[in-house]
Amino acid sequence: MKVREINELLNTGPVICCDDDMEFDIKFGFASDLMSDVLALANHDVVLITGLTNIQTIRTAEMKDIKWIIFVRGKVPDDITVELAKENGINILCTKETMFRTCGILFDHGLRGAEINR
Amino acid sequence: MSNEILKLHYDIATGDYLKAGEASSNIKKALMQLGVDNKIIRRVCVASYEAEINIVIHSLGGYMDMNIYEDRIEIVAADVGPGISDVALAMTVGYSTATQGAREMGFGAGMGLPNIKNNCDELTVDSSAGGSTTITMKIYFK
Repeated sequence: MKVREINELLNTGPVICCDDDMEFDIKFGFASDLMSDVLALANHDVVLITGLTNIQTIRTAEMKDIKWIIFVRGKVPDDITVELAKENGINILCTKETMFRTCGILFDHGLRGAEINR
Repeated sequence: MSNEILKLHYDIATGDYLKAGEASSNIKKALMQLGVDNKIIRRVCVASYEAEINIVIHSLGGYMDMNIYEDRIEIVAADVGPGISDVALAMTVGYSTATQGAREMGFGAGMGLPNIKNNCDELTVDSSAGGSTTITMKIYFK
């Protein structure tokens, strides 16, 4: 799914940082507010959907080579979090939709879930 | 015993959620500079980051050492206490003793030690209640 499509479906507005490549193709989605669950992911080419906007979300994405994050429920990251995302080339989108609706909308339009290591 | 190529040392402070992850971030950058395979780097990073977070949220402070040898990467995460009373229970998926503060930062899923185990070729956890904890993680290049 193209970033442009996600942007339109979730009304996310502009990419907060850092990449404005709206044609970038995202393969899988994963939703959690618990970062150790994100660290258990088998895939890294995912968009992370979360309501947790603090610096550890970016650290977690950095460790897993996750390059796209959608912050849900109208949450907006603070400057320190955005700065760390910039340093690591991690792209942030924000939507007012809930996590459940965000997942539902994206799944409905073809994005599939990532696997976790067990 | 194979030769040591690189050794890095990081002191980890208890309760510092802002700096938590910096050591693992530095380890990642060092491994990238050395041209280590990305899949290996991701495994090292998950193990290292979980161990670092454990020191921050559960311990009274500690350190992490990363040693790179010809055949493997070895990370030692050690703290000064208070120790794990039941290591087998701590290894159980979903079991957590994380504080409210840690949970607000996104931790406490009960996946820390299981994630470390899943990403290491060899793992030893040396701990006792009231004492220190030392976790040794080995990942081979193979």
